[in-house]
Amino acid sequence: MHGGISRRKLTAAGLGSLITAGALAGGLVASSAGAADHAVPKAASPITIGVSLSLSGDFSADGQAFQRGYQLWAKDVNRAGGLLGRPVKLDIVSDASSPTQVVTNYQKLISVNHVNLLFGPFSTLLTVPASKIAYRFGYALVEGAGGAPAVFANGLHNVFDVSLPVVDNLVQFAKWIASMPASQRPKTAAYPTSNDPFTEPQIAPAERILQNAGVKTVYSKVFPAEVTDYTPIADAVAASHAQVVVLGSVDVPTVSSFIQAFAQQHFNPKAFIATGGPDQGAAFVKAVGASNTNGVMVPNGWYPGYANASSRKMVSEYVKQYGGTASGINSDVAEAYSVGQVVAQAVTATKSLDNAKLIAYMHGNHTFSSVQGPVKFDKLGENGAAAAFAFQWQNGKFVQVLPAQDSNSVKIQYPKANWGS
Amino acid sequence: MGSSIVQAIIDGVLTGGVYALMAAGLTLIFGVMDIINVAQGIFVILGAYLSYSLSVHAGIDPFLGLLITIPALFVVGIGVEWGFMRRLKEGDRTAMSILVTYAVSIVIEGVLNISFTVNYVQIHAWYVNRSVHLLGFYLPYIYVFGFVMAAVLLIALYALLYRTRFGASVRASLQDRTAARLVGIDVRRVSTISFGIGVAVTAAGGMVFGATNAFNASTSYDLISRLLAIVILGGLGSMGGALVAAVFMLVLEDVVAVAWSPIWATAVFFAALVVVLSIRPAGLFGRQVARAQ
Repeated sequence: MHGGISRRKLTAAGLGSLITAGALAGGLVASSAGAADHAVPKAASPITIGVSLSLSGDFSADGQAFQRGYQLWAKDVNRAGGLLGRPVKLDIVSDASSPTQVVTNYQKLISVNHVNLLFGPFSTLLTVPASKIAYRFGYALVEGAGGAPAVFANGLHNVFDVSLPVVDNLVQFAKWIASMPASQRPKTAAYPTSNDPFTEPQIAPAERILQNAGVKTVYSKVFPAEVTDYTPIADAVAASHAQVVVLGSVDVPTVSSFIQAFAQQHFNPKAFIATGGPDQGAAFVKAVGASNTNGVMVPNGWYPGYANASSRKMVSEYVKQYGGTASGINSDVAEAYSVGQVVAQAVTATKSLDNAKLIAYMHGNHTFSSVQGPVKFDKLGENGAAAAFAFQWQNGKFVQVLPAQDSNSVKIQYPKANWGS
Repeated sequence: MGSSIVQAIIDGVLTGGVYALMAAGLTLIFGVMDIINVAQGIFVILGAYLSYSLSVHAGIDPFLGLLITIPALFVVGIGVEWGFMRRLKEGDRTAMSILVTYAVSIVIEGVLNISFTVNYVQIHAWYVNRSVHLLGFYLPYIYVFGFVMAAVLLIALYALLYRTRFGASVRASLQDRTAARLVGIDVRRVSTISFGIGVAVTAAGGMVFGATNAFNASTSYDLISRLLAIVILGGLGSMGGALVAAVFMLVLEDVVAVAWSPIWATAVFFAALVVVLSIRPAGLFGRQVARAQ
């Protein structure tokens, strides 16, 4: 998930993260350095990569998944000999999900810690301020969770998103609905969405496609990132009797609250897709309950069953290191891992840690490979080569269903099973 | 639209009752001890995690589990009061209490993050996703049960305060700690027990919150801001005020979300809060009023 916005946690930006973040970040640095010992001469000074991650606060679930992705990549690259013959060492600090703290963190990473490279934080909300700091100091900021237009609207040339641009996220889903024979096509749709730079840009293109296909909009309202009670919003959607619900969500609690209210109102739309939350693997299932996941869809650029050799390797290593099952892996892990892969390829190709050279190289129409598939940056820094998919939970498994003609896609469950089935 | 607004009012009243329960502990603690307990949010989440653990690992129904979690949080409250609160000096007790309870909150958050990870969880039971159809409206069992439980606990709390000797001691301490001490009341003991009770009721509120929301330890920050808004609107120290303010907050937000737009719901509530405080700076049932109850 690319994640999004919340303005609620600013007060928690300071000490609130110390206990957890300190323990976790400390552990990360230690383990990354430890991994370096296997294949890289100890005398080689490490390449330090600075990262600010949301290890506590609203985005902590995503932030810690990102941490695992970066950590896994660092371990792999060190095992393979490091970069330019030097081990890589991650310097991770927690921003407590605060856009204020993320600025402080990157300033410190650059001007005090003197890191060689930067990796991006989690979410569009935090990537926007982070990219400005990186730009000011001439650093490239390669990131995997800041794909919203807001990130690229500032005209900076130092920010590169390895993931799918979010405006394209729901297009596959909308086109699939629009392609249905008129007799089967849903007649109405609802679009409740969080006021978030990650969610809102996705909704408008999908709504436009569906409206052009004759699907009438019966509910289209924006709700704030901080909601005391989702029930009346979800109840209003249920009262609209929409046959398709497109939920602009950034996290599991939002999706969970809507599903619970829909179940309580005995409202079963034919199709339900949420922009973020259902891609969080086991964490999503645990929150909403396995019986409520059946038929729930989510757009994304990666899933654990993705037919890509490096993705399979990463999935295997992840399960070996952290346990659980493949379908329980959060897609944030792949987004983070991809960041490392792209930076590594750019460093190797330029044989340099000079950020100016790296920026020029990444803008040079080169294609990179990643666990999410090919990465090719356009002039804005968006990944123009990313493929859009839609995934669905089917009987406890997270499977690819769109594009329908893709050989890896399975038959889509439509209409969606009733809640609790 | 009419039925949607009625549904929103029903939602607001039912949810408001649960928020009142969480806020009651906060306002009780302030009333007796002049302590602003910003750890109340994390105590709610601690209560939710305890109920979650009993449900998942021991198969104990969340409501039945309250027989364990309420006493457990009472003990936690006693411990926090003994360990930190009673050591605060009278003069700067209120200001220092914010810092101290914030520190307590951070420690508990860290422990919960390490114990349960940051992944969201939710309490599940047969009644969580089900509802009863009544007069054309679906009433979710969890909210109905939660509201009834909140009403029972608030009445019990009221009875404790107004129908028992201990309650008289609490009210005396609430009115004037020094005078209460002069007439022989063990104010320190009253404070300790009041703090314990204030924390204990969050176990019940936390259980319902955890059954209606996916949560992790960080969720506490959202909660504490809402709970503080409720007790400020109701009047610091007034439990009746907390009840009225909680229901008012939720009904207003829910109706605005349906009748106008969800994006304005919170803003309208805070606008109403400003208006009320400009007319009644001490809140609806502020300190003077509360102490005369």
